[in-house]
Order: sequence, then structure tokens, then C-alpha cells
Amino acid sequence: MMAAETRRETAEANRRRYEELRAAGQDAVTNSLPDATALDALPIAPDAVISAEQVPAGWYATIRLRRGEALRIIDTTGRSSVSMIGWRQEDTSERINCADTVKVQWSATLSKGRVILSDMGRVFMSLVEDTSGAHDVLVGGSTPASTLAAYGAPSRNTHENFLAAAAKLGLGLRDIPPCVTFFAPVSLDPEGRFRWDASRKRRGDFVDLRAEMNLVVVLSNCPHPLDPIRPAASGPVTLVRHRASPAMSDDVCRTLSPEMVRAFAFTDRLFA
Amino acid sequence: MTSFGTAPPRDISGASYAMDVPAEWPWSRILRRGQTLRIIDSEGQQAVDALLYCVDDPAERYSAQDTLRVQGSAYIDLGTRLVSNRGRVMATITADSCGRHDTSAGCCSCESNAVRFGEATKYQHACRENFILELSKYGLGKRDIVANLKFFMNVPIDPEGRFTVADGISAPGNHVDITAEVDVIFVISNCPQINNPCNDFNPTPIRVVVWDAPAV
Repeated sequence: MMAAETRRETAEANRRRYEELRAAGQDAVTNSLPDATALDALPIAPDAVISAEQVPAGWYATIRLRRGEALRIIDTTGRSSVSMIGWRQEDTSERINCADTVKVQWSATLSKGRVILSDMGRVFMSLVEDTSGAHDVLVGGSTPASTLAAYGAPSRNTHENFLAAAAKLGLGLRDIPPCVTFFAPVSLDPEGRFRWDASRKRRGDFVDLRAEMNLVVVLSNCPHPLDPIRPAASGPVTLVRHRASPAMSDDVCRTLSPEMVRAFAFTDRLFA
Repeated sequence: MTSFGTAPPRDISGASYAMDVPAEWPWSRILRRGQTLRIIDSEGQQAVDALLYCVDDPAERYSAQDTLRVQGSAYIDLGTRLVSNRGRVMATITADSCGRHDTSAGCCSCESNAVRFGEATKYQHACRENFILELSKYGLGKRDIVANLKFFMNVPIDPEGRFTVADGISAPGNHVDITAEVDVIFVISNCPQINNPCNDFNPTPIRVVVWDAPAV
């Protein structure tokens, strides 16, 4: 039958396209990722700083960024992890989407040159600088249950930090998506079990996250649930909001793959 | 890691509900505590996206990250407890003849398809369209859609972090049983994706069956 024939041809064409994208996405793209930023490189010029603050261990901060601004998160002591959620300012139903972030980039790891996607097929933030490359998108932040189980007593935790921050924006539990956690070296063993690699944490590790839309993010400075560190031994983190270079046509994040070219183009349309 | 369930065959005549869900369609039902839902991959290699919400307060819903953290590993299989965003066990995987299910890749959407496969694919039916329509019956919307379960979808993540939607490994008739631990709204999108191997590029029907009592 004609229809069945066409259907099979479409399926075969779609499979070829998928295999081409997979080969490019997992090999060529991975090989062309930029090297990690050096720890002592790139101090922010004083006149580029918009604001800076220190967030004590256990606490959270809410930061608004305009498109083109960037947020530097610094693990001052090398003993912190920072969990992040965020929404688009003009429409908070658009929010970070960890699933699309890993699926579209063919990678469960984030590092310099990668992006965090929103749920609307747009780029939320780009990792324009990153000394670490050890971040978690699968396991999420600490919760009342995880801290009670780990420490034997209730403790400040990321879930409740997110709830408090969301409430101050008029949002609630329904608006808290899965989070990204920076400076959280989580990987999988061949059996699929999560591992924590403390050797990948260093004092002074930082990421620069460039906002690709107007957004608001919440950053929670609580130990990652897989981190054996006790909260009392954790440290403060520094947040610096600053002016960044925009994502020009030759930007490394924008040009990394056909998927990223499209995601940036769709994002640009919000501002066309 | 892979567990193959060995639940004895259950007599369909003892079921309180059975329904074929056509290819590409959504489905939902309230599962009462103790009821078991079986999802049957009737023709094989068909991914089934699923979300759970507590009937008493739908702001409490399935959480992929809480589920994986509690479990300590990345895949859904026999014995996995499905944990809510408040840390409660909502349901448990009580039988599994497939052995591998995903919860990290989320559902397909028109918008993410356009990024992944080109703008023309924006105008193809997608799981998020199904979820939005089905959730509207319960007063829920797009903001309630979180990272979902994806039964019968094979998404290996290797130690370097490479993330692949691979060919499905479920055979015709493979099934997974989910037993509710609290009253839940169970929502399914029988995945319409034709751009990756999760449905073998060819979406097919599934069958859902509910038993009121646990298997003996």
C-alpha cells in the first residue's frame, strides 16, 4: 500500500537523521568543547560588576538577570554546592528544564560551552566560563528527608529554600522544577549507580552563567545529598552579577551544534 | 542492575478495568491506594510517558530527582519506589518484564522537537500536548508538568555522561505494574514521537489494566 510505503520511508529517513545527529552530538561536539576555564583566569573588571553578595552555608539568594548579564557563582572554600532553579521573568510558566537540557545536548554533564534550556525550546543560560565541569542535573538538591536521613536531625535544605524563595515571588510548590547543582561531581558507574568524586572539588571553582533571556534564579547553598560533608563544615558562596559579552554569531555556545544554533535562534525571536 | 520481574501471569477477568490506548493518545485514571495498574507494550518498543499527582493535593506530585536520590541509581526497574516532591512514596514498581525504564529524559514537546530535529517537526503531535490536554481535566496545566517517567524507553547514560535515547528493548506484550501507595491521578501519554528510536519510529497502541487487589 502506498501509505504504508510512505510511512516506512519516513521512518527510515527519520532514523538516518537521528543517527547523524547522535554521531555529531556525542563525538564531534564533545571533541570541540572548549577547555575548562583556569582557576586564576578572568577576574571580573570592577566596572562590569553590577552587584555582589555572599550567601552563607544553608541559605539562598534570588537574583534577577537581564538578557546579556551574567552571574558568577564562586565556591569560595571548595566545600559548597549550589542548587539552582529559575524562571523567565515575563512568564514564569517558562522555567529551566533539566530533562531537555541533557536530552538535547546528548549529555548528562554540564561544562564550559554547554547551556541550560528552558521548557520552551529556548536557551535559558549559557555556561560561558567554568573551571569545574562537575555539576549534577540528575539527582537534585537536599530535602527535609535527605538531611534527616544523613544527619539524624532536621537541617536547612534546598527544597525548603526553593519553597521560601518561590513564595516571595508569588510562586509555590507547583513551580519548583528539577534543579541543576553546581560544584556537585556526580557520575554514574557502569551499573547506573550514582558516585560522588570529592577530588573534583577545588577551592575557588566558579561558573559564569550568561542569561539568554530576562530571568530570575534561586540559588541554594546547601550540601548536595551525595556529599558526605556535614553542613557545619560547608562554606559560603559568592555571587557576582555582572555585564557579559552577548552571544554573538560566532559565540561558542551558540555554534556548538545544529541543535544549539536552533535553540539560540528561537531565543532571539523573543527579542526580535 | 537490570531486574526481570517474575510476577505470575494475572487473570484479566479479575481486573476492574481494562482499556486499549490508541497510538499517540493520552489516558488518565485515579488509582486508589492498593490498586495496581499494568501497562502493556502491546506491539513492543513503545515508550509510555507517565506522571503521578496526589489526589488530596496535586501540588504533591511525582519527582524524578527525589526518586533517583532515594534509590541511588539512575534507572527505573522492579522495586523502584516512586517518590513525590514531598518525599512520600506514591507508588511502587511491583512487576516488570522489560527491565529498563527512564526518568531523566522527560517528555517530548513541539518546542524541544524543533530544537532537536528541525523546525518542521514543531508541527507534529507530542507528549506535552497530550499531558496538557489530559491534565486540564483535573484543573492542572503546563506548570504542573515535571520530569516524567518514561516506561519502556531505553536511555543509557555512560560513565562519561553520554546520554542516548537508544532502541527500545521491550518486546511485544512486555508489561510493567505500578501499585499505588496513596490515591493518585495517573496520567499517560502514549508517546507520538517519530524522530527518535523510542518508539521504533512508529508509535503503536498500549493496553492498561487495573486490579483492585495485589497479586497473590
